Amino acid sequence: MLKVDGLNIAAGELPLVSDVSFTVAGGERVGLIGESGSGKSLTASAVFGLLSDDVSAAGSVRLEGVDENLVGASENLLSSLRGSRLAMVFQEPMTALNPSMRIVDQVAEARLIHRTVGDRAAAHRDALRLLEQVRLRDVAELGRAYPHQLSGGQRQRVLLAIALANDPDVLICDEPTTALDVTVQAQLLDLIVKGAKERTAALLFITHDLAVVATVCERVLVMYGGRIVESGPVAEVLTAPEHRYTKGLLDASDLETVDEGGRLHAIAGAVPAAGKFPSGCVFRNRCPRADEQCEVSPPWFGEPAHGHACWHPVGGDA
Amino acid sequence: MIKLESVSRVYRRSRTSAFGPRAEVHALRDVSFEIEQGRRFGIVGESGSGKSTLVRLIAGLDQPTAGTVTFDGQRVNGRSERQLSFLRRDLQVVFQDPMGSLDPRMRVRDIIAEPLVAQRIPGQEGRVAELLEAVGLTADAGRRFPHQFSGGQRQRISLARALAPKPRVLVADEPVSALDVSVRAQILNLLADLVDQFALTLVFVSHDLSVVRHVCDTVAVLRAGELVEIGDVERVYRSPEHPYTRQLVQAIPTLRGALSGVTAEDLIRP
Amino acid sequence: MRNLVIGAVLVGLIVLAALISFLWTPFDPTQVDAALRLQGPSGAHWLGTDRFGRDLVSQLMVGARTTLYVGIVAVGVAALVGTPLGVFAAAGPRWLGEIVLRANDLVLAFPALLLAIMFGAAFGASTLTAMIAIGVATVPSFARLARASALQVLSTEYVLAARSAGRTGPAISVRHVLPNIAGLIIVQCSVSFGIAVLAEAALSYLGLGTQPPTPSWGRMLQESQELLAVQPRLLIVPGVAIALAVLGFTLLGDGLRDRFDPRLEGARAQG
Repeated sequence: MLKVDGLNIAAGELPLVSDVSFTVAGGERVGLIGESGSGKSLTASAVFGLLSDDVSAAGSVRLEGVDENLVGASENLLSSLRGSRLAMVFQEPMTALNPSMRIVDQVAEARLIHRTVGDRAAAHRDALRLLEQVRLRDVAELGRAYPHQLSGGQRQRVLLAIALANDPDVLICDEPTTALDVTVQAQLLDLIVKGAKERTAALLFITHDLAVVATVCERVLVMYGGRIVESGPVAEVLTAPEHRYTKGLLDASDLETVDEGGRLHAIAGAVPAAGKFPSGCVFRNRCPRADEQCEVSPPWFGEPAHGHACWHPVGGDA
Repeated sequence: MIKLESVSRVYRRSRTSAFGPRAEVHALRDVSFEIEQGRRFGIVGESGSGKSTLVRLIAGLDQPTAGTVTFDGQRVNGRSERQLSFLRRDLQVVFQDPMGSLDPRMRVRDIIAEPLVAQRIPGQEGRVAELLEAVGLTADAGRRFPHQFSGGQRQRISLARALAPKPRVLVADEPVSALDVSVRAQILNLLADLVDQFALTLVFVSHDLSVVRHVCDTVAVLRAGELVEIGDVERVYRSPEHPYTRQLVQAIPTLRGALSGVTAEDLIRP
Repeated sequence: MRNLVIGAVLVGLIVLAALISFLWTPFDPTQVDAALRLQGPSGAHWLGTDRFGRDLVSQLMVGARTTLYVGIVAVGVAALVGTPLGVFAAAGPRWLGEIVLRANDLVLAFPALLLAIMFGAAFGASTLTAMIAIGVATVPSFARLARASALQVLSTEYVLAARSAGRTGPAISVRHVLPNIAGLIIVQCSVSFGIAVLAEAALSYLGLGTQPPTPSWGRMLQESQELLAVQPRLLIVPGVAIALAVLGFTLLGDGLRDRFDPRLEGARAQG
């Protein structure tokens, strides 16, 4: 359904995303994991055709049934795809909604823009049905509210309703639950999974939270320093990681396992600022296993859909 | 050590119409508990639970509408800033936002020395150097400004400032929730080391029960301003008594759970 | 950076002209000579003479003094009164803040021109009364800006951290609030400086400001207004001087704000 190949994004001379390739099939749920500066949100924006003007992209992003490459495609083509075949849920629902427009009208508009329905009355009926689908209560009354009158969780459900309005083929969620409470997060995750499943949409779920990815997705892409460093089925990557970064991240987020001194397994140092990652392997300045070989960029080992880019993988270390 | 008795805090919203009463927000309702010396006491709650209000009341930065807050037998609320010097020396706070809690126009050494200057504690220069080392920063960090540091390093600076007056109690308000996962573990380790090294009583506030479970021995669960459950953290995590705590524990996605087949639907199944 | 340089050069030129005028001017700027009326630019009179035969360059140079004097006093009054008032209104007790706000509104509602006329009537029209009137009329804009930005600073976690470190109100205002709003105040100063220069010109033009024979750019405009059609040069020269002065102070303010912000240090090193 969605095929990204050799995606590069740079701000002037500064590379932000390097050689990112992956595919997401219809009905498949793929997680894109990364910390700040990993380039995960930029990748999502590139897929959605929403990169800002101060960065440039190269490579290809292809959507099944569309002949053109979405990288560098005309704004006309992109806007006809956005909201119909491609949909996105953002991290901050307040800024993604129009503050001076009633909720129900914003959802109805999503139906009207792409002429999915003919008239306002039908769009309005659909909007109420969509709001019900994301399990908002008293939609007739709630629909008349403005975004600021809703809680964060409610706003995020409205965004999801808008994203699902035209049964998209690709649903991108960029940290949709990061700003939410855990109980609200759980509800929204359930709605996202169901919404994508019902439409057999390709789901690209971006987050920094390993547990969330494991709960929602079947496959995972691990990003660090603008590169995909490991990918594969969730069950394998998150139980038997190959890349040293994936291993470090898993250990660092495991709050139940400590060493003899009762300490958590931390990764040394901090995530470098964008563009300040080392040459060669992007993780080598924080990696306990780094040596001279790592000064050369590691190639991809394994299958395109299940492999890693590490000279000294965890499993194959002598 | 810290005792809250029937503490309530009501905020009045600013008027939305000329007539009619002002809307009242009950940030805390009738909350009572005690934090004993040497404890690592966790306070867990979601947004709107009143946990931040609680931090401010304990730290003497806000006044309760009703009830009393005492520290070491001395009343905290209702006192003027001058009469709170005992609290300012013995209790220090680390805030959530590692950028927002450091004055962007002050050099790191001045930030760390601020409690010493404010409380007229001598020997500032040596103490700052000592503190920088204790939190794992280099000596030259003192000359720099906060924006020149990463999130994790800024939280180290915050910790150094909090430890400057040699407090006995450290209140940490969501100290790791703005940090990257790979950095979070470092700061949690550092926090644990410092608590041990300086024999601190720790009050650790978080929305994340799994972090509290790692850090604390006791936990109080807040919901909509009310204390719903309090007890040994393992007990609360493994067999929560209050339905809300159960819901909270269930809703936390875990890697182990997910890999053994827990789906998003399971997180909310009643 | 470019703003700072251009602004500094423009303001520097005005300061230089004003300083030199104390020691030397091509001619006596007040010397009337009917034989030299309305002469065009020449080797002796670089910008020509006005309708009384006075040398324009000399008038501009001495007028620069008036301009700076007006700007410094008016902005000084406004900033030194307005900023503490605003900070006080934000950090002090609520009722005091309310009083300051209401008083502010009152001054703001009062037409500045009327204020200047009243001051002129009470103390006699002069450069000093004009600039004090301008200063008083500008106090509210400083107080408002200072209050709004102080409130913002007071709501930050670093102020909360300072309180829990044991800092009391006045120390917080001095150590945290003032340094963090200084950038905005400096910009406001430069903008107000421009406005004050304009206002002085306007008041002098109306006869409420600088009195003859003291040269002022505003009075140069006023005295030549009937000659707009025949001798536009007489209006263009002081007009351009005023415009450059306003521009210079605005650019200088922008540049200084960027310069004083440590958060931009990294950006500057890269850029």
